[in-house]
Formats: sequence, structure tokens, C-alpha cells
Amino acid sequence: MSALAIRDVWKRYGAAPVLKGIDLDIDSGEFAILVGPSGCGKSTLLNIIAGLDIASQGTIEIGGRPMNGVAAKDRNIAMVFQSYALYPSMTVRQNMTFGMECRRVPKRQQIDTVNRVAKLLQIEALLDRKPSQLSGGQRQRVAMGRALVRDPLLFLFDEPLSNLDAKLRVEMRMEIKRLHQRLGATIVYVTHDQIEAMTLATRIAVMNHGEIQQFAEPDTVYHRPANLFVARFMGAPPMNTLPARVTAEDGRLSAMLDRDGIRLPLPTTMNAGAYLDRAVVLGIRPECIAEHNRRFEDGAVLVEAPVEMTEPTGAETIVLLRLGGHDVLGRVAPDIRLKPGERARFALDTRKICLFDPVTERRIE
Amino acid sequence: MPSRIALSRLAIHATLIAFAAFWLVPLLVVALNALRSTEDIAHAGVIGLPHELMWSNFRETWSSYCISQHCDGIQPYFWNSMRMVIPATIVSTLLGALNGYSLSLWRFRGDNVVFGIITLGVFLPEQIRLVPWVIVLRDLGLFNTISGLVMIHIVQGLSFTTLFCRNYYVSIPQDLLKAARIDGAGFFRIFWRIVLPLSPPILIVTVIWQFTGIWNEYLYGVTFTAGEQQPVTAALIALSARLSDAPQYGEQSAAVLLAAAPTLLVYLFGGRYFLRGLTAGAVK
Repeated sequence: MSALAIRDVWKRYGAAPVLKGIDLDIDSGEFAILVGPSGCGKSTLLNIIAGLDIASQGTIEIGGRPMNGVAAKDRNIAMVFQSYALYPSMTVRQNMTFGMECRRVPKRQQIDTVNRVAKLLQIEALLDRKPSQLSGGQRQRVAMGRALVRDPLLFLFDEPLSNLDAKLRVEMRMEIKRLHQRLGATIVYVTHDQIEAMTLATRIAVMNHGEIQQFAEPDTVYHRPANLFVARFMGAPPMNTLPARVTAEDGRLSAMLDRDGIRLPLPTTMNAGAYLDRAVVLGIRPECIAEHNRRFEDGAVLVEAPVEMTEPTGAETIVLLRLGGHDVLGRVAPDIRLKPGERARFALDTRKICLFDPVTERRIE
Repeated sequence: MPSRIALSRLAIHATLIAFAAFWLVPLLVVALNALRSTEDIAHAGVIGLPHELMWSNFRETWSSYCISQHCDGIQPYFWNSMRMVIPATIVSTLLGALNGYSLSLWRFRGDNVVFGIITLGVFLPEQIRLVPWVIVLRDLGLFNTISGLVMIHIVQGLSFTTLFCRNYYVSIPQDLLKAARIDGAGFFRIFWRIVLPLSPPILIVTVIWQFTGIWNEYLYGVTFTAGEQQPVTAALIALSARLSDAPQYGEQSAAVLLAAAPTLLVYLFGGRYFLRGLTAGAVK
């Protein structure tokens, strides 16, 4: 069942469109993440879903009910804000009961619900405190608690973790994921952090310039990005993209890098025949560029390239090398000590290479 | 070097103290004269120390001094002022808070124009507004009544109270309102339950501002009321205009002090909050 259906939603401020015909279907129980750079329209879309903003055109359906003209409070949704938006003058308990009070839920039931949710989130000890007496992580929990007391059709999260420090963010990320698995709730979650998107989502909607670039499972978005924008946005570090040319050799297609003539055989599943002898953009993930003795199944291509810089992260070392006249990032084992300026050999895993049309920027299937 | 810094410090402090003293001299003269007898003042001049402390000046001026044929002192006029200032302050502050809340947090088309028109009132001189008020008071039958003055001060106070509250409320994050709207709260519930509890710093400022301004107001008092309906500021003038005998500076000074006491007390007890509130934001 479709929990949320968005049909051709446009939003214009004056003449400038912020959303250009958004179409999305989110299934019940799904954890959908809207991800994109700032200004891509993801928060505007979330506000329109919530009924806090009005679309210039298009329709929204929540649980099969059309939402045009329905006030935010009547949409059966709950929202968690980036700033948490806890009511400063109320205690944690009052923050959680305020919505139920507005909806005239019986007192007895309010108490039971707060106790149940507080237990679930382990905030029982905080119930009588004011928001100003809480740490960032605790406020975050309370903000989630305020959403959970409602048991809505749809949870909306607006960058809920971006005000937390790195360590807490990872903890809360896992906790949100666990909560989703436990409750089976439908969640629409906005973030600019593509790692959050990859780790949490059942499906990711990558947005840019007010349009959905791709809406698919995290694996698909990562390995089969719909276009160059998605390829360059997802992944840390992102996919390397290089100008190349499709050539044929012994009946097998390969991509030849423009400058140094390196040939990379293309996966046999790819239908790049139409691009023979034409320019393309080649995409290769950093983890597909490793030290020369790394074993990749199906044979790796060995290349020699100058090392420009290294970034040891502990678990691995990110290495910046020159390939086809471009700066390219690779990931090598941490015990390999490469020196800037020296030439080194690298193994290239060609199985997950992507090719993009240089004009339309779409991935070649 | 250190001595030069100390020297400039000294110069600054000396200047400040000199100016402060200069400012306080009138208050000091009035306070001293309030305790002197009329003969003493007539004999030794307006500036001088009391020979004996005449506390009776206060009692007489409060309850038995004669002002335009009524010998009840300034007491009735003092209570007139109270009956004017208390409702006018409370109502104008609450309405200003409500105005500021809707102008800052419920943006609507043309809200800035509305805000501009309301705050224009801050810059309109009192004299310009006299004639329109005469017409309004006449048509409403509120001429020469305390209620009429209350109404004038509420309407005119709105400019200031709206300005203060609106500028305070703009620092309340919009997310708070969005959360409340999703929770199901409407315009007034959000005001009462979320915005008003955040408001004490700015409400203290507007209350002090309104109380002081309305209490000290004089022009409307003398223009729109006469005789027993006058507020204390207007009565003070009538008191000093007693031409029949020699000026009674002692009683008159005591009357001035009594008339000024409420605003002085408000400042003494609330001044701290006033300064703090002017610089405070709604939510840190």
C-alpha cells in the first residue's frame, strides 16, 4: 500500500521554481530519504508533505487520502525538526502531552502513552526537566518522543541529526534505524548527509535543482547511479569521473582514457555498443582503485600512475593519483606507504565501471 | 603607562560623576524643600538645607491642601491616575503582545506595511493627535472621564508595545510554531501556551515603559479632563497656580515628590529587568 503519493508537485517563489514536478510513491513501512545539496528543495518538499507549506501545483495523498486543503494537524503526521523545536517553557512531559492535549486525548491515556514512549526511548528520568536542562542528544530523544506519542501514518524527519556531534550522530543513527525496524513505521527523512541516506534508507530519493534525480534502493543508487550528479553526490569520497572513448578489441568493448591510453574492459552486461568510437564519461568508485597486489575476481587491470597525495584514515589510506590527466581518488590498504611524487602501480576493478553520456549525463545501461 | 590609564580612568569617572550630580540637583532641591517650611524657604531662598524637618508637608499636601476650591489634597487625583494607568498599561501591553505575535510569527501578505503603519504612531507628535481625539471623545461621550484617557492611552500605547513585542518575538524560531501547528494548536493556544510563557522579559519592559509614560503624561490630562476628573500631573499645575497667596513651596515640593513616587518606585524595583529585557532574545 502506498503510504504517501506525491503527484507532479511544483513550488514557485515568484517566478523561480523550487520544485519542478515531483513524483514519488512511498510504501507503507518504508524508510524513504530525501537527500541532496542545500537548496535542492528537499526541505520545501517535506514542509509541503506536512502541510506547513502549500504547493503551487500538484497533489499529495497520505494513506490514500488527498491532502489538498487539509491542515497540518489533520494530516495524521508527526515531525522531528533539526532544531528539535521543543517548547522551552514546558517540561519534557508537557512537551510530549501537548499534542494529545490539543487533540483532547483522555488524561489517563496521555499518561500511559508518555510512559510507554519514555521507556522506549529511555528518557523516563528526564520527564520533569525543561529542555534547557538537557544535552543535545537528550533533546533529540525528546523530539523523537514527541513524534512517537502520536502513532501517526507518517513520520517526517527534517535533518534531525545535523546538530549533534559526530559520535552522537552515529549512535542516534543506529538508534533511529533500530526504532524503524521495531515499529515498522513509514518515515520520510530529509538529510544532506549521503552517509545517513545510505545507512538508514530503504529507498533514497536524490534531489537536485528541485527535481528527483533518482529514487531507488541504496545499493542501486550507489552502484548504478542514474546520472553524473548522483554519481558525484553519493559516496565519500564520491565516484571518480573521467573523459574516455569507447573502443572495441577482440570483440569486447572497453573504455580508453583520453590522455594516457589506458584501456579498461567494460562489463559484458553493459550495452555500450551504440557509443563505439564516441566520447563518454567513465565513472569508477575509489574502492575500485587499490594497491597493485589486491585480488579482484575476474581480473584487475594494472596501471602505473603518479601519486599526488595520501590521506591515511587508519582503516585505509585515500590516495590521490593522476589518471588520464585527471586527479582520481583511490583507496589502498593502510599498511601501504606511498610517497607523494613517486609512481606506483594500482589494481583497477573494472566490474563496476559506469559510463555516462557526456551530453545527457545519463548512465549508459 | 599604567599611571596614564589610571589617570584617564579618573577623568572619565570624574566627568560621569559631575554629570550625574548635575542631573540629580533638581531632585535634591525638591526633596529638601519638601521638608522645609514656607517661612524658611521665603527667608533663606529656594536652595538651602531645612532648619527643621517638616514631615507635615506631606500629610497636608496628600489630604488637605486646597486645589481649585477642593481641599482634599492631591489624594483624589493620585487615585485618578491609578485608575487610569493600571487598566491602560495592562490592556495596551496584552494587545501589543498579541499584535507583535501575529506580525512576527504569522507572516501574511502586507504584514510589514501594517507594522509600519502601527509604528508610525511612535513618531507622531502628541499635538497632532489632539483634535482627532477631541472628536472621538465627544462622539463616544467620554469627554472629561478617566475612561476616555484610558482609551487614548491604550490606542496610542499600541505603537510602542507592538514595536517592542514584535522585535522580541522575531527571534522565536519558526520551527516552534510549525511543531505546535502539527501538534494541533491554533493561533490563540500557541500564544497562551508557548509564546506568552517566553515573554516575561519583554512584558516587563513594556509594562514599565507604559506605566511611566502614561503616569507622567500631562497634555491629554489637562486637555480632556477638568476638576475632579484630572490625573495627578494635571492637578499639580492647578496646585501651583494658586494665585491668592504666597507660593507654598514646601507643600508643592512634597506634592511633586508624591506624584513622582510611583514611577520612581517602578524604576527602582524594575529598572534592572528593564535594561536586561531590552537586550534579551526570546530563546537563546
